[in-house]
Parts: sequence; C-alpha cells; structure tokens
Amino acid sequence: MKRSTRQKLIRYSLYGVLILGVGLFALLADWARIARSFFNLEIAADMFPEILTTAARNTIMYTALAFTFGFILALVLALMKLSSIKPYRWLAITYIELFRGLPALVTIIFVAFAIPIAFPGVSIPGGALGQGTIGLGIVAGAYMAETIRAGIEAVPRGQMEAARSLGMSWATAMTYIILPQAFRIIIPPLTNELVLLIKDTSLFFVLGTTPASKELTKFGRDLMNSKFNGTPLTVVALVYLAITLPLTWLVSRLEKRTAAAR
Amino acid sequence: MTTDLKKDAPPIQIRNLHKYFGELEVLRGIDFDVSFGEVVCLLGPSGSGKSTLLRCVNKLEEPTSGHIFIEGIDITDPETDVDAVRTRIGMVFQQFNLFPHLTVLRNLRIAQRKVLGRATDEATRIAEEMLERVGLSDKVNEHPARLSGGQQQRVAIARALCMNPDMMLFDEPTSALDPELIGEVLDVMRELAEGGMTMLVVTHEMGFALQVADRVVFMDGGVIVEQGPPSQVLQNPTHERTRKFLRAIEIE
Repeated sequence: MKRSTRQKLIRYSLYGVLILGVGLFALLADWARIARSFFNLEIAADMFPEILTTAARNTIMYTALAFTFGFILALVLALMKLSSIKPYRWLAITYIELFRGLPALVTIIFVAFAIPIAFPGVSIPGGALGQGTIGLGIVAGAYMAETIRAGIEAVPRGQMEAARSLGMSWATAMTYIILPQAFRIIIPPLTNELVLLIKDTSLFFVLGTTPASKELTKFGRDLMNSKFNGTPLTVVALVYLAITLPLTWLVSRLEKRTAAAR
Repeated sequence: MTTDLKKDAPPIQIRNLHKYFGELEVLRGIDFDVSFGEVVCLLGPSGSGKSTLLRCVNKLEEPTSGHIFIEGIDITDPETDVDAVRTRIGMVFQQFNLFPHLTVLRNLRIAQRKVLGRATDEATRIAEEMLERVGLSDKVNEHPARLSGGQQQRVAIARALCMNPDMMLFDEPTSALDPELIGEVLDVMRELAEGGMTMLVVTHEMGFALQVADRVVFMDGGVIVEQGPPSQVLQNPTHERTRKFLRAIEIE
C-alpha cells in the first residue's frame, strides 16, 4: 500500500470513529431528561435577576477585594524577596512557599473558622465572607508575589543604574522607573491570576452565607438542592464563562501584543 | 543639599582605590585626579578595570577600600548623601539606558522633577534647551524605541545635562553603536568638551582621545600604567604594555 493511501485511510477511519461516537451518543442519550435536568428554561428564568444582581455581583466583589488585598501583599513580598536584608528574603520565601503549597480551601477555612475560634474577640467586617476574602487574598498574594518579582527582575539592570546616577533614591527609582516597566511585563500573567481568583471564590460555598452574600457557586448549589434540578448550575457555569472568557481572550491579545513589541 | 559642595575643590580625587569582585582584584590601588574643565580619556584592554573605575566615581560600584572625593566630599564616607553628590555627576552608559516607558521629554524631565524638585514648566524649558543642544528638538514627544542608537545616546547625554552636572562620566558611549552613528555622538561630546565640561571618558575611539582629551590614562590589570597628553601616550608611549595595546587597536 502506498504511504499516502495509508495515511488517507487512517484519517478516514479517525473521522469514522468520531462520527460513530457522536451518533451513538445522540441516539442513546435521553435528550428529554437532559433538557429537563440541565436546561430547564422555567427554572433558569426564575434565577434572574438575582443571579446577576446578587450572586455575580458578590463573586466580582469578593474577587476585587481579594485581588486588591493580595496585590498589595504581593508587592510587599516581592520587594522583600529582592531585599538585600536576608531575614526579609527568608520571610518572603517562607510565606510564598507556604501558601502556594497549601490548598486554598485550607487557608480560607483557617482564616474564616480556625482563627475566630482561637481569638473570639477579633472581628473582621463581613463576617465569615470577609474572613474568606482575606484568606483568598493571602493565597493570591503568594502567587502574585512571584509574578511581580519576576517582572521587576525582567527590567534591565541599567534602568536602575541610570535612575540612581541621576540622583534618584532607590524608592523613587523603583516607583517611577522600575515598577511601571515591570507592570507592563506582568499585566498578562496578573490577569491570569485574576481569572484563577474569580474561579477560586467558588470555594466560599463552604462559608455560612445569608441570601444577600451568596456568590455564584453557592447560589447555584442552593437552588439546585431546593429545585432538585441541575439547571441552576448550568446557568451559573454560563455566567462564570461570561466573566472569565473575555478576560482570557484579553490575556492572549495582550500577550500577542507584547510578543510583537519585542 | 548641593550648596555645601566645595566648588573650588577638584572635581574628582581618587586615593589608593581598591575594588574586589569576590576574590578578583579589579582595581589595585588607583591614585588619580581630574581637575576642573579637564577631559580625561581612560583607555585599556577589556578587563583592565577602566569601566569599574568610572562606575566607582558615582558609586554604582562600591569601592572595597580607598577614598573618592567629589568636589572635596568623600563619597566613600558612609555619612555622605550619595544621591545628592550623584546629581553633580552626569553619567552616560554604553547601552544608553533611556527609560523606554517614557517619552523623550519625560525622560529628560523626571529626575529634574523628582530629584531637584523643579516645577514642570521649568523642567520642560530646560529639557527643550538641552534637546536643542544635542540637535533633537523634533524628537521631544517620541518614545526611545523609535530613535536610532545615535539619537538615543544623544538624548541620554541631554538627560544628564538637564541636571546641570559639574562633570560627566562616559562609559564606552559609542561601543554599542553602528559605525555610521558614532560620529554624531562624538560631535556632541566634542562640543561639551569645548564648552568647558569636566569629562571622564572610557572609550576605544583613538581619534576622539587624540583630538579632544587633555590627558589620556592607560590602564591594564587594575593599575594605571601610564598617563599624559594624548600625543605622548598615543603616539609615543613609554611602556611596552601601552604599545602592545595600541598596536592591537590599530590592527582592528
């Protein structure tokens, strides 16, 4: 058999298997049940507008708060890791390795439940959710610290030297010369971090919530339980995608632009 | 901060300067002065320590021992405000080191604003004046990436001049340039020298050293081998090491 003929045959048989598989699934699946359980329009319509005005809004708010807190933490950690003072470096390394090594859920539960048990007097605004947000920010800070450090180190050494030789202090040079360039480099990975964070707010379903403080996953899960139907989760999944896909698309565009600028 | 600098003291005095990089001694006892308005060219093979010496003068490298006085102020004294002294010293790098995220105007303005505390109007005026001096008035709103290497280096010189420095350090300012762009940078440097600027220049441009320098210093192995007027050092060197270096350069 000729080589090209054989390759054609392999190709056709691969298509054949695909068509067969899809066809069998289409024939055997209980479409009525699938539609009823996952795409029940009545249940889906019932979820609006609360899913947007409460659940999605909360998800975005928790993400924004955790990201802001994590970012400030990360900036401090990154500068500590680049510090010439060794104990600062050790502290930053310990923090980063610790919280990157732990499941985010463990940190969130720890901050939201274990600490309040240990220190009953301490109260954080927002209750368990406020504490969960801090927990998530602590984790996000560890990841973003490495991203920011890499960004700072990617700025050529000559930039700091030029700034210092003009008489700028280290802090002035960092603020006006190094960090603006570093942030340009790290906007794509930082946006990725944001997408991860949006998804990680789903971990808050373990926290006790009031109807007003539910984020998307908890909102969908509670409805699924009360309606005994999977549709709410499908709708929640679509809302997540509506938030995350544009961001991922933005990242790939930014990455292409940075690559083109080089 | 700058008013307490003694203007009558020599711009640069170096006493018994040693610099180690780990185990390697790159400067092995340098004694060397630059007087007011003098143009000194530092020559030597790579690894001779000439760039390190230059970078010690504004403390981009920390001297291991010895003293460096800038206008009479000992910058090796830990009590000295090095940032303030650095504003008196302009530095030009081989790789230009313009700030790529800022336009030419902002490159020239940022240190005036953040270090000298000049108002934006004044900083802009001075920036435009210096750009004109290096012949790049039309590039005021460009980003550095859109300029040729020669133009970038001229902007870098203008940026240093905006601080009204008393002296300028040049670290191989034309080594990263395509041959056809070297001339425009050397022209600007020549004009600076004619204007009376105190200059310390690490360079391989023999023509520039011969025409512009008041003194040529030849370094090898971390020490000053010989120094004197350019015609003497470049055309009638007394040391074998200098002769060997000059022959090698000529063959290039």
